[in-house]
Amino acid sequence: MQKQLRRVSLVIAAMFLALFVSATTIQVISADSLTADQRNVRSVYDSYETLRGDILVDGQPIASSKKTDDQYHYVRDYLSPRYSSITGFFSFFNGATGLEGAANDYLTGKNSSQFFEQINALFSGNPVTGGSIELTIDPAVQKVAWDALGNMKGAVVAIDPSTGNILAMVSKPGFDANQLSSHDSGDANKAYQKLLANSGDPLINRAISGDLYAPGSVFKLVVSAAALESGNFTPNTLIENPVRYKLPGTETYVYNSGEGRCGGQSKVSLADALRFSCNVPFAQVGIQLGQDRIGRQAELFGFGKSIRVPLFVTPSVYPKNMDDAQTGLSSFGQYDVRVTPMQMAMVASAIANGGRLMKPNLIENVLSSNLASLYQPQPVEYSKPISANTAKLLTQMMVNAVARGVSGNGQVPGVETAGKTGTAQNGKNDPYTLWFTGFAPAKNAKVAVAVVIEDGGGMGQNGRGNSLAAPVARKVMAAVLGK
Amino acid sequence: MVSAILNGTMPRVMRVVPRNRNIEALLLFFAFGINAFELAQIQLSTIAVLRTDFWLYWTPLTAAALVVHAILRRRASEADSLILPIAVFLNGLGVSEIYRLDLAKVAAGATDLFATKQVIWSVVALAACAAVIWFVPSHLFLRRYVFISMVLGIGLLLLPMLPFIGLNINGAQLWIGIGGLTFQPGELAKIALIVFFAGYLVSRKDSLAVVGRTILGIHIPRARELGPILVIWVASLGVLVLQRDLGTSLLYFGLFLVMIYTATGRPIYVVVGLGMFATGALVASQVMDYVAGRFGSWLDPLNAERYDAVGGSYQLVQGMFGLAHGGLFGTGLGGGVPQLVPLAESDFIITSLGEELGLVGLFAVLACYLLLVQRGMRIAFKHSDDFSRLLAVGLSFVIALQCFIVIGGVTRVVPLTGLTTPLLAAGGSSLLANWMILGLLLRISDTVGAKRGEN
Repeated sequence: MQKQLRRVSLVIAAMFLALFVSATTIQVISADSLTADQRNVRSVYDSYETLRGDILVDGQPIASSKKTDDQYHYVRDYLSPRYSSITGFFSFFNGATGLEGAANDYLTGKNSSQFFEQINALFSGNPVTGGSIELTIDPAVQKVAWDALGNMKGAVVAIDPSTGNILAMVSKPGFDANQLSSHDSGDANKAYQKLLANSGDPLINRAISGDLYAPGSVFKLVVSAAALESGNFTPNTLIENPVRYKLPGTETYVYNSGEGRCGGQSKVSLADALRFSCNVPFAQVGIQLGQDRIGRQAELFGFGKSIRVPLFVTPSVYPKNMDDAQTGLSSFGQYDVRVTPMQMAMVASAIANGGRLMKPNLIENVLSSNLASLYQPQPVEYSKPISANTAKLLTQMMVNAVARGVSGNGQVPGVETAGKTGTAQNGKNDPYTLWFTGFAPAKNAKVAVAVVIEDGGGMGQNGRGNSLAAPVARKVMAAVLGK
Repeated sequence: MVSAILNGTMPRVMRVVPRNRNIEALLLFFAFGINAFELAQIQLSTIAVLRTDFWLYWTPLTAAALVVHAILRRRASEADSLILPIAVFLNGLGVSEIYRLDLAKVAAGATDLFATKQVIWSVVALAACAAVIWFVPSHLFLRRYVFISMVLGIGLLLLPMLPFIGLNINGAQLWIGIGGLTFQPGELAKIALIVFFAGYLVSRKDSLAVVGRTILGIHIPRARELGPILVIWVASLGVLVLQRDLGTSLLYFGLFLVMIYTATGRPIYVVVGLGMFATGALVASQVMDYVAGRFGSWLDPLNAERYDAVGGSYQLVQGMFGLAHGGLFGTGLGGGVPQLVPLAESDFIITSLGEELGLVGLFAVLACYLLLVQRGMRIAFKHSDDFSRLLAVGLSFVIALQCFIVIGGVTRVVPLTGLTTPLLAAGGSSLLANWMILGLLLRISDTVGAKRGEN
């Protein structure tokens, strides 16, 4: 019977070996993916253990941890809804969004750069204290942008073109994140459901995500850049200028926005076509350049690529596999071109910075709990979408568009301002999407801006980019320049 | 005695100091110390103070273990020295974790607490263990009661099917309830059936081992020798169908296969038996929704539909989240949130411990079980008579198999079933049965020691 006993012992050993292996698999090998599972609330519990760091703007906390008497020790406190698109919310019941989610590592002290703090906490027995994040946001500019949008739905992004630092990022309507950070599940969930049901979608950060927008005429900047870069065009190159243009292979005609002739002559220069924002010439330029060349140019500006600032920016879209008619329509920002305000601010920023596109960035500094700097992002060149010469020419075209063209309301008094408006059509009877993107001063720009206003700013098909979006951009640029 | 020595006369009975018992005493104090440390850590980390009720959860088990130790010194002084300390440690660890979950429940305002009950049951179970050691003069004496054991075992198994006292909890018909107390008679049936199997197989092993024909080099037993295995198979499937419990069914069947193999040395029984059980389980998974659900949850627990389904994989997945949360070193006792898992104090106590003690702690617990089982197998190796061997194998293997089914269930080695983790999980019947099994093992091991002493 000894043989049988030995074999039974082996079976027992094998059974326990299986348990050792399975426990290791769950607790070590797949632990990260299980922890990341959305249904796992333990990481949220964990994050309440630590003193979560502040999010600071110019030294002032816009999100901070307040001590409470309940079992969670701390509750998040938010300064104002005008920062809600940046901070997002931190909720016990509904997770974390915005920077609260994207920078959770730093805020909870779990980032690898905070390793020594973690070791220290391990030995001292104190909980890890999270790091604070100082933002690149200029509070004065943020407030001007928030106020300028008034009751309109939309977004503003302002960037320093030479560094990529984001100076303002506003999405309207905003929300009061304090309601969501409440530890009372009833209150927090009621507030969350109400925000979800709100037709203004306040939880969506329109500046970088959401459904994206048709860019309309602001996309002509990308087409102009592609045209100048192709070497076949200069600003003075003349283009056929009929009153209307029949899209190849269709019975559809393209009109200019006034349904007249662009500039009144039989031919029009590329510069004037941009200045008066004419669709007919741009449809032809686009078809002549072809979708591949425009697509490549768009990609260099960042289309089709996701970036993190560290908030996740939804990739903008320049369609593929279009026929000529569709290429024509897309050349003035219609058909299926879709962009984020962040993407258009990047286009303006690249033109403003002599053709060098700096990677947009929201974080100035990450500070440990004892205020030592843990991480200070340096300006990074994202791409070089256009040459310095093209940038110079495009700048001049945009200056003309503001000074002597149809984008005049973007003019910052006393400063040479470059800009381009857009008024994008959506459905046949839907309200327009209004745009302005530009920068100031034209030389050595301090700010590049993109403004989008949804639903025609409340004026349906009567709202125009120049009448509603351009003034917002003007105020934001003026605020940066101290005018 | 002192006066006798002073008087220069030798005491009439000279008792040799049993070395085993001294080792046991040393290890017991070690176990008591760890158990006290666990409770202290739990109180400090969850309520930040040491309260006097700390002793309520430590003293009874400690005192009861000392009584068993004293009885072993007197009645079975050569018994195995590791079994009692390991079991006391595991039992105490279970009490601590159950108490820790109680504290979480109190904080959340719940009132269904288990720790005090578990302490009382522990004392009752250790008393039963002591009684086994005290009153069973030799395990060979059990051989006289083989058929009574069979009747008792089957009777206990069928008890929950009776009207009025039978109880259905969480879909399984495994409990009886008398005046507010619930009890799982199937746990005690284990012991009776092991005694029965051992006795029956010893008397029939020669005829069972007789080879009928040989086909393709495989020895096929004669058809009538397959009778008993068929009976057990039907009974196991009966448990599966009537009591709706896959785990118990697998436990009895696996136990029987190992014992019949040990008795006959014929692997064909295991092969045929496993084949029959797999077929039965496969058919059941097609026919019975609850078995199909268990299989589905086992194979793909993270699937959103299974997760949300009633009786789906929610509990299993929550347990996995707990284990993952524990990682390598765990959150520390009192530092995790094991209360998020349903039945965290009973079926899922392993994930509770895995979360708070980490993989390291879980390995330690598994190693304790392995050591405990190995001590039992060692007894089987050392005995020379077949009944003792079969009894020791059965008693050891049932602990190992139950660990495998329940811990394997929460870690996805096998489908999740409703067994309790021996000694750790909340539940009186399980504690009682396992301590009686340990009592029997201690009793059997004493005769090994005694024999060795004689040599």
